[in-house]
Amino acid sequence: MSRLRQLRPRRWLGQAAFLVFLLSVPAWAPNRFWINVASQALIFAIFAMSLDLLIGYAGMPSFGHAAFYAAGAYGGALWALHLSSALLPLLAVGLMAGASLALVGALALRARGIYFLMLTLAFAQVVWSVLSNNQLANVLGGDIGLISVPRPVLPFAADVSLFRPANFYFLTLTVAIIVYLALAAVVASPFGHTLEGIRENEGRMESLGYPTFRYRLAAFIIAGALAGLAGMLGGSFNFSATPATAFWTTSGLAMIAVIMGGSRSLVGPAAGAIVVVLLQLGLSSLPARGLAERWQLLLGVVFIAFVLFLPGGLYGLLRRRAA
Amino acid sequence: MLAAGLSVIFGLMDVLNLAHGSFYMLGAYVGLTVLGVSGNFWLALIAAPVALGVIGALIEVVFFRRIYREGHLMQVLLTFGFTLVFVDLIRWRFGPQTHSLPTPPGLEGAVHILGVSFASYKLFVILFASVVALGLLLAWRRSRVGAILRAGVADREMLGLLGIDLKRVFTGTFAFGAALAGLAGVVVGPYLGVYPGMDESILVLVLVVVVVGGLGSIEGAILGSLLIGLANAIGPLVLGGFEAASIFAVMAIVLLVRPQGLLGRRQ
Repeated sequence: MSRLRQLRPRRWLGQAAFLVFLLSVPAWAPNRFWINVASQALIFAIFAMSLDLLIGYAGMPSFGHAAFYAAGAYGGALWALHLSSALLPLLAVGLMAGASLALVGALALRARGIYFLMLTLAFAQVVWSVLSNNQLANVLGGDIGLISVPRPVLPFAADVSLFRPANFYFLTLTVAIIVYLALAAVVASPFGHTLEGIRENEGRMESLGYPTFRYRLAAFIIAGALAGLAGMLGGSFNFSATPATAFWTTSGLAMIAVIMGGSRSLVGPAAGAIVVVLLQLGLSSLPARGLAERWQLLLGVVFIAFVLFLPGGLYGLLRRRAA
Repeated sequence: MLAAGLSVIFGLMDVLNLAHGSFYMLGAYVGLTVLGVSGNFWLALIAAPVALGVIGALIEVVFFRRIYREGHLMQVLLTFGFTLVFVDLIRWRFGPQTHSLPTPPGLEGAVHILGVSFASYKLFVILFASVVALGLLLAWRRSRVGAILRAGVADREMLGLLGIDLKRVFTGTFAFGAALAGLAGVVVGPYLGVYPGMDESILVLVLVVVVVGGLGSIEGAILGSLLIGLANAIGPLVLGGFEAASIFAVMAIVLLVRPQGLLGRRQ
């Protein structure tokens, strides 16, 4: 207990420093390219944090989280293309799209553990195949997806253009911070503790009178909604929603980010997501020709090495050092 | 066939192998290479499972043995890393295009049965798969190795206590599963084509088959394959081009009725 108290101020200091660092990115980033990279990293961080609620806290290892991301991307894109690009409704659409798809995918809640993982994976692949189905091309754009999606327009400040990388970056940063605070509140709440109880021993929680299925369903929907939010941001960032976002490699990358960063910490997965985005980018822009084309291979090798040598995650490593 | 490999690996070793699709793809490419060098389809049909068996054994010994203790998630991520590596290696070596394995001589034409014509190669595949499935079933039920494997699925520790070398059984199972996947890869080569990405297109089908059939049961894998294959064939007629949806529907129904799969044990 006393050790915890000692750590507290340092933790606050660290968080404040990190916030300053994030706020100042557009100030020192060498050019727009890097600001865009930072936006991408934050979007992925939101996505990874939402997955951490499932993997880390509720003990539900979803390998189909990309489906909800894609739901947000497509929902947001359709809304922005056909109705309006006002920011606040768009954010709500992203949340709703992710949450509604999570209701459909709740079928997977029938299973637990590794079976749950396989079901969510299969579910997401089905979503992917529907999105890339060319018979629906007039609605969903088939295997090309939806393109020329406009960026959202800010309320009260419509003249602040989100087409400018720095402005969009601040939008993603704001959303990321809100999502972080919301998730932190969720996991610290009685609801969050119940989820952890279910992770540790579902049978016992059930005997204590908790309707465990409803708790798991709620966690699944919250995570889906936040993934949808990330997807909506990702869609407007890329000006498009493509079937590839629902592909299982997206889920895999998110899962890697969660585990690599250290699950059950929110901060860890967010950091892991940033590392994954930077790795992807760094490997795909290696100076040596030929190597850059093989970034996927190198990424795979990094993951394998990581699983073998650092299974506790980066955050786990830090924690071990601190202890 | 593929599902049987995955199912046994999972059931016995408690490892979910996402790289199973990669083994299938690698098998097809080994077949392609051997066929290119020797021109003999039957040689390729033998070479692919052998090569994949060796690759599978290597991966098990070098990588998996170290992380059995780390739990499922780590294993899944490890195999995920492998799929990334394998698909890129293949793309590097063979390019992104679809290669086609030539249909083996003697099986090019069509056969007429009761006035309906079937491509002879497809008939061959059906026959071949049935024979393999039957052989697997017999081996699973009757042979000593089958008995060891079934015992392993039921209670791994007990099997170890009975003096069976678990390490060897694990390596063997993994290699065997990989070999089955490799064999399947060569067999489908002539009519589905050989391309990077074939690993992913098959993986989900296999996962669904395994979930529907019940894990750790060869019979379940075979039954699941038939059911999903049927859904895959009939679905488009009913739902118009949404075979994925029909597969998902089958899976949904099975899971709602029997969460552990048709022939699976309780989780």
